Amino acid sequence: MDLALTLVLLLLVLAVAWRFLGSYLAAVYDGRVSWLGWFERPVYRLLGVDPEREQSWQRYTGSLAVFSGVAILITYAIFRFQGSLPFNPQHLGAVPPALSWNTAVSFVTNTNWQNYAGESTMSYLSQMVGLTVQQFVSASVGIAVAIALVRGFARKGSPTIGNFWVDLIRGVIYVLIPVAFIAGIVFVGQGTVQTLAGPAVIHNPLTGLSQVILRGPVGFMETIKQLGTNGGGFFNANGAHPFEDPTALTLFLSIVLLLAIPVALTYTFGKMVGNIRQGVAVLAAMIVLFGAWTALTVYAESQPNPAVSAAHAVAQHQGNMEGKEARFGPQQTALYNAASTETSTGSVAGANDSFNPLGGLGLLAGMMMGEVSPGGVGSGLYTILLFALLAVFIGGLMIGRTPEYLGKKIQAPEVKLASFAVLVMPITVLVLTALAVSLHAGRAGPSNAGPHAFSEILYAFTSQGNNNGSAFAGLNGNTAFYNVTGSIAMLIGRFAIIVPVLALAGVLAAKHTVPEGLGTFKTDTPLFTGILISVIVIVGGLTFFPAVSLGPIIEQLSRHRLF
Amino acid sequence: MSESDEINKATPQGVTPQTTPHGVAESRGLFDRQILRVAALGAVKKLDPRIQARNPVMFVVLIGTVVTLYEAIRRPGVFTWSITAWLLLTVLFANFAEAMAEGRGKAQADTLRRMRSETEARRLGSDGAEERVPASSLAKGDLVVCEAGDVIPSDGEITEGIASVDESAITGESAPVIRESGGDRSAVTGGTKVLSDRIVVQITAEPGHTFLDRMISLVEGSSRQRTPNEIALTILLAALTLVFLPVVVALQPFGHFAGAAVSVTVLVALLVCLIPTTIGALLSAIGIAGMDRLVQKNVLAMSGRAVEAAGDVQTLLLDKTGTITLGNRMASAFIPAAGRTERELAEAAQLASLADETPEGRSIVVLAKERFNIRERDLGADHQFVPFSANTRMSGLDVDGHHIRKGAADSVKAFVADTGGTIPIGLDQVVEQLSRSGSTPLVVADGSEILGVIELKDVVKQGIKERFDQLRAVGIRTVMITGDNPLTAAAIAQEAGVDDYLAEATPERKMDLIKAEQAGGKLVAMTGDGTNDAPALAQADVGVAMNTGTMAAKEAGNMVDLDSNPTKLIDIVEVGKQLLITRGSLTTFSIANDVAKYFAIIPALFVATYPQLNALNIMRLHNAETAVLSAVIFNALVIVALIPLALRGVRFKPVGAASILRRNVLIYGLGGVVTPFIFIKLIDLILTATRFY
Repeated sequence: MDLALTLVLLLLVLAVAWRFLGSYLAAVYDGRVSWLGWFERPVYRLLGVDPEREQSWQRYTGSLAVFSGVAILITYAIFRFQGSLPFNPQHLGAVPPALSWNTAVSFVTNTNWQNYAGESTMSYLSQMVGLTVQQFVSASVGIAVAIALVRGFARKGSPTIGNFWVDLIRGVIYVLIPVAFIAGIVFVGQGTVQTLAGPAVIHNPLTGLSQVILRGPVGFMETIKQLGTNGGGFFNANGAHPFEDPTALTLFLSIVLLLAIPVALTYTFGKMVGNIRQGVAVLAAMIVLFGAWTALTVYAESQPNPAVSAAHAVAQHQGNMEGKEARFGPQQTALYNAASTETSTGSVAGANDSFNPLGGLGLLAGMMMGEVSPGGVGSGLYTILLFALLAVFIGGLMIGRTPEYLGKKIQAPEVKLASFAVLVMPITVLVLTALAVSLHAGRAGPSNAGPHAFSEILYAFTSQGNNNGSAFAGLNGNTAFYNVTGSIAMLIGRFAIIVPVLALAGVLAAKHTVPEGLGTFKTDTPLFTGILISVIVIVGGLTFFPAVSLGPIIEQLSRHRLF
Repeated sequence: MSESDEINKATPQGVTPQTTPHGVAESRGLFDRQILRVAALGAVKKLDPRIQARNPVMFVVLIGTVVTLYEAIRRPGVFTWSITAWLLLTVLFANFAEAMAEGRGKAQADTLRRMRSETEARRLGSDGAEERVPASSLAKGDLVVCEAGDVIPSDGEITEGIASVDESAITGESAPVIRESGGDRSAVTGGTKVLSDRIVVQITAEPGHTFLDRMISLVEGSSRQRTPNEIALTILLAALTLVFLPVVVALQPFGHFAGAAVSVTVLVALLVCLIPTTIGALLSAIGIAGMDRLVQKNVLAMSGRAVEAAGDVQTLLLDKTGTITLGNRMASAFIPAAGRTERELAEAAQLASLADETPEGRSIVVLAKERFNIRERDLGADHQFVPFSANTRMSGLDVDGHHIRKGAADSVKAFVADTGGTIPIGLDQVVEQLSRSGSTPLVVADGSEILGVIELKDVVKQGIKERFDQLRAVGIRTVMITGDNPLTAAAIAQEAGVDDYLAEATPERKMDLIKAEQAGGKLVAMTGDGTNDAPALAQADVGVAMNTGTMAAKEAGNMVDLDSNPTKLIDIVEVGKQLLITRGSLTTFSIANDVAKYFAIIPALFVATYPQLNALNIMRLHNAETAVLSAVIFNALVIVALIPLALRGVRFKPVGAASILRRNVLIYGLGGVVTPFIFIKLIDLILTATRFY
């Protein structure tokens, strides 16, 4: 499909999702939707939850922590004991401890960093009950946190921010399962594999050779992988594998699915705070940043690979074909990979490692800017709202009033929580990268040398610290060192941001609002969107510029041109 | 006494008061040489690590200086020593900025202290005997006697007597004021001087806690605490400082991995350039200078919090009399009775007012002259002025057998009836109509003939309407408070252009209004002087007490206006806003500066290992050393360059939030990105020319 046509279609479909999925989400989390009540109510009874009772931010956080902790343990146990459990047609043995730990953390934190090849490591049970279940619930946790923060803005003088269990379950039942189910049917219809029958053995009587073709319950995992901005595929090749992504339609639908909820949540946000324009201002910032990084990546991949050119091996009319699927070509692959990186999904339709340096930089940039363009389900919205708080604080001072966002005064507690949550990611990524390049265990990881090796390590921690999960590849991450440091990055990247965000939700919900007037700093204007973008770019740029200049920038400059 | 003495309390004042500095504000220029000298010394004294630790940003710079000093000693070189010197200068410049801001306050405090010099008090014992004791030994509740020439030893209330008092020591206003027992004018301030008569004062302040003591500590800034917004900003700056630590420290292993030797000195230089030193250095100076600007306007703010709250105010409660109107009613029209001409009426009115020295009386003479060019004339010997008396409620003139009177309608009607005259038809109607529109009617009679009515109008101050328009533009609602009836209030409110009014106001209704506004999330500012204003002053977020007011009012408010000019509330709001704008703008500038510094230092750091990185050296700086040094020098000098701005404050224009923001984003955001590129290049050119590097 033509790139321009793809973009136009994408814009149209997402506009519809923004408007209708957005207002549906608001209805779901306001408790105005109940068509699956017959299924919802028994779940609460089973969990012993009173859906009418709301929680303070401390209790909300506590519930979330308990849920996530238990989820990590259960998932870990499934991997360790998969050899003795059913649905294991390939008779795969236990996953090693360090890898099990890294993978459990990875899926519970919505990262889906994979230090393994799914088809040859995980039993069907591990894939379904371990991984796919987490792809649903971890996504729902992310949305719940964002909704809790939005409630903080919308409520006045409220001691509570909602009920974690209700938000978690409603997200799964009313949003994720229905959409993933319908999309899954389309995917399976297009040829995505969905079976429990085990590997197929094909015998060629002419050659006398037999071939084992690995398959499994791929189809529905594929749709929640995208919809929940998870990114963890059934196969090692991820979206480049024809059993995951068989046609141009599934490629397009994948991009739609992974952008749908993060984009729609801006509408939900506007609706819940009573002013859609507030959501539009945030969405506009997301679109500008998404456009910038995607354009950079797509442009870079449309350029020839200089090493291939030097070898005069093949003509490169289409651009850089190294590591790309011939079915999709460089531009569509670049679009898919950029969209998936910008949403913290991390699924890929081609090898990031083979991208031109600037293409890789485009992917990195989206993550380094805090993963807000539009970011993962829920996490994109709550992170950009943190940046918005900082933007409001600096901008608000400049008009001579105590800064306020959506009527809430931004004072010391808010600034403290927001700056902590915004800065914890870059600090984690830089410290872990510094550790990796200093230790032998870390230096052993990359398969390349020089600046590209540095890019590979930096990318790995940036991806995990942002709960993205996309891999640059070229880094052997399945070592004790990378499994452990990676899990640290993922845990901090998830919970060291969620906890302050929920605290912020609590602090804000308890506040009363200041009425809007002519002297109010308007946050639904292009000027604010501009300031918000500047804050995101400056914070990300200032923290990562030195590191990036030692990786992709040097690589690119070694080609004696910047573009 | 005049016919309308109840509204004749305040003296007329212009809208924009002359802020000629006096009193506490007996002032020196912003860069007075003596202040500069003291500040330079203070900058060195403030190097004390215990003082530095209070400012996390500058503390990091100080530690960085120690690190580079160690490097310079270990491996001496022009470059390392230059960096060390400039880092030290960065700290000194920051200290200097703070010392500068404190300087003027300190000088003023010294003047006030001299005034407080030991005075003797004449304490009254319980038996009525006088006893001479030092003022510092006076306790709350003591009674002291003050006579002409005595300095009042401490704050108190007059319990007996009346006196004229020279308060110029506090207010700078040389005209003496009258203080008397009972009512709202009974408060006296320690340090002021009795000029006439004898009063007995009951002391209301504990020693060391007098108004003068508080004034000293306020102007000196010794009791200065960080304000809420300042705390929030400090947190953000600390966070930004904290994040740049790993950014810079990680460069060591990153560089090592890349095979590049990274010098510690350069890393420290990079760190100092990245952390927000500009705003970190100027932050406390901005706060001190903001308070100081209020002092220059003769306003004492009891806390910085109040100044900051002033910037947030959304509702201003303004007393009508003296704030919105001039406080004196002025003659505005002659309305002749049926069958009379306007000129006839004007002539009689002028004659009746010739001896009337009240502002109203004078305004009648002025109006007669303006309308009909009737001049003051020589009346000859055969005339007698009839002064106003509470009995007759009229004044006038007996001349050539004419009995000309002017006064309240009832009185003049009775006078005319007594002399056998008749009341013209329509007079009552005119009188009632004028009353209803907020004016005061004065009826003029010549013997038994009623000539007509003079309209005395509340005159709205010139320019006040424009002032309110400006306030509206920045989102502040003005509410006029008046004891007038609703009709009168509405008429004046419309003329003055206030957004709302509270008519027939009582202290209770005023209080209710404040609470209602606050319940809606708004911050409220008001002025007041009476004891019955005290609860409302305490309730308001910004309560400005007039210095002429009672002690209770001054205690309840969080600001005292020494000029007792209620219009100043508007100035206070502007100072509050300016304070925040200055902080926000310099923060933006400081952060925006970092972009250029990166482009100077990052290529310099690794260019030896990766020559291709020179492509990022877009300023084409001479070499790695001059690049780093230029950035450091710029970083230090920009603090000095911005001291005047920090002390004066960013210009505040009363326009909407959006235009203020756009302007400041352009100047300090975009300007903050561009400026350092230019100056770092310039400094680099100069450094290259020295051929040291």
